[in-house]
Amino acid sequence: MIKIYVPRDSSALAVGADDVAKAIAAEASAKKISIQIIRNSSRGLAWLETFVEVETAAGRVGYGPIDAGDVKRLFAAKFYEGQKHTLCHGLVDEMPYLKNQERLTFVRAGITDPVSLVDYQAHGGFEGLKKALAMSGAAIVTEVTESGLRGRGGAGFPTGIKWKTVHDAKADQKYVCCNADEGDSGTFADRMVMEGDPFMLIEGMTIAGIAAGATKGFIYIRSEYPDAITTMKQAIRIATDAKWLGNNIQGTDHSFTLEVRRGAGAYICGEETAMLESLEGKRGMVRAKPPIPALVGLFGKPTIINNVLSFAAVPYILAKGGTAYKNYGMGRSRGTLPFQLAGNIKHGGLVEKAFGITLRTLINDFGGGTYTGRPVRAVQVGGPLGSYLPASQLDLPMDYETFAANAAMVGHGGLVVFDDSVDMAQQARFAMEFCAIESCGKCTPCRIGSIRGAETIDKIVAGENRDANLILLEDLCQTMTDGSLCAMGGLTPMPVMSAVKHFPEDFDKPTRIAAE
Amino acid sequence: MAKTHTLIDLKSGKADPAVAIAARYNNKPDALLEILHDVQHELGHVPEKSLPAIANALNISRAEVYGVATFYHDFHLKPAGKHMMCGAEACQSMGGRALLAAIEKLLKIKVGETTADGLVTLEATYCLGLCASSPSMMVNGRPMARVDAKKAKAIIEGLRT
Repeated sequence: MIKIYVPRDSSALAVGADDVAKAIAAEASAKKISIQIIRNSSRGLAWLETFVEVETAAGRVGYGPIDAGDVKRLFAAKFYEGQKHTLCHGLVDEMPYLKNQERLTFVRAGITDPVSLVDYQAHGGFEGLKKALAMSGAAIVTEVTESGLRGRGGAGFPTGIKWKTVHDAKADQKYVCCNADEGDSGTFADRMVMEGDPFMLIEGMTIAGIAAGATKGFIYIRSEYPDAITTMKQAIRIATDAKWLGNNIQGTDHSFTLEVRRGAGAYICGEETAMLESLEGKRGMVRAKPPIPALVGLFGKPTIINNVLSFAAVPYILAKGGTAYKNYGMGRSRGTLPFQLAGNIKHGGLVEKAFGITLRTLINDFGGGTYTGRPVRAVQVGGPLGSYLPASQLDLPMDYETFAANAAMVGHGGLVVFDDSVDMAQQARFAMEFCAIESCGKCTPCRIGSIRGAETIDKIVAGENRDANLILLEDLCQTMTDGSLCAMGGLTPMPVMSAVKHFPEDFDKPTRIAAE
Repeated sequence: MAKTHTLIDLKSGKADPAVAIAARYNNKPDALLEILHDVQHELGHVPEKSLPAIANALNISRAEVYGVATFYHDFHLKPAGKHMMCGAEACQSMGGRALLAAIEKLLKIKVGETTADGLVTLEATYCLGLCASSPSMMVNGRPMARVDAKKAKAIIEGLRT
């Protein structure tokens, strides 16, 4: 029986993976070749999707990008024996894109069937939870603190300190909430975890529950991720049936239940307090802090809120020890970050590397430059609230502190590459426009500032009192930064001001055209 | 303890369908988004006349239900087709703006509008998490990536047949 892998990640499904799987099954049956199709997760080689793999004696051989129309030719070339073909990439494990990564979190990505417990455990799954089940909450917190793990959602707050706060809080009920409202453009690592290795998230959240003494958890998944929702729900059912969730996990005294809740298209619900409101069935309005959610969180109870990637890093930390994780990285940014190469890039996808890697290495060595082949002009790092960096800053190492010192942020590790055809004034305007659309409306700098910001950029672009309006824009951005309740209004000035600072020529078009 | 209320439609004598949906979630107020999703899935939109029934079932005010139903971009109080175009930065870097303009032209509507036949509603979404395969769209709840004008045209024709 020949094993053929066709991914079920939505980046593959969105380019016809189901049709590819069907075509392979049909052709195999017509040719009377005995095959087994396994719907694995994605390796993160997005430009090669649909990426089909065949198991051979030497290892798995990859073919991509495969379209249903290519299948007959693949069979003619005997791809099912791992034979050569123009779309063949040889042994998957030897592909430089994968070989040069340091995958701690994405160690099973693309290798396993996402909803197979057997696969999960055969590849190191639940080792961390097994250890945690025998540890005290305080000992788990110490291990996580030792690892140096910081919140992967973007803020970079030390996870161990957050967990300790919830652990130390006295309450009749505590909660663990996973923020899976991955709304930042250019990010998809959370989605890949949920679609590709859902038990890892379940394991990480369960460990958090044991650490804090919380017995109930919620995963708040955005509605734009229908496949992640389906897969997570399925995985929760399977884990519950196998006693990895529910009462008396694996026969111990620990209990933890999980529930998936769908978002409804509001970007602001990625802000943790807005997410809590949404989980309580309310409008996603940001709460004022303090009190912090670790003390007064979901339904007013102490709550651990972490991003998908933070929870997903925890099983490794428990299994291999905090020190093993800490040995990766630079400065105060410890461990690895799954970077997401997106936008105008030749080889877009997921690259998990230790902190300290430069943008240039990510974009050129892994990404292969722009998709269009034109020069890179700008890179937006960290989502729609992240700065636009010019090509001259590509040598910055990915590190929370280095980026902060350069008025930028690492955020969730998403990189959106733009070539030289981009109009940066248009991008700056979009940042304001986006803030106006997605603001919860609670605080004035964000609600009104964003609209005034878009108007002011329009005036600048039209050449209307350009210099005065640029000063006004800067002043407005300062007000938004200082006066907004949360990161939505507070960080929108980052893309705007970075565009003004690094690409002033784009805000001076009428003058330039007149001069030409 | 929330009581189960049944609002009867006076004309048909039947309970509002939202009542049964709310009961599925034990009439828990924190499940309001889930309830609205299910209502929209089953009825095609969230009819304004169902809001009082939901409010009653969850023992919260109509204003609260209306507030939630209108806060989130997903919920439509009026019937709508389903068709979303990713409008965020990663797609912009790959010609998303031009593609959106081409789709507007094809459908003869602007973003936020519905075609005269009620089949297609064009909306911007931020974002579908397919940023390494931009531009992307969501059509009838299914994500599609590496969309160009030709593929978009085929998709739209597919919707119409």
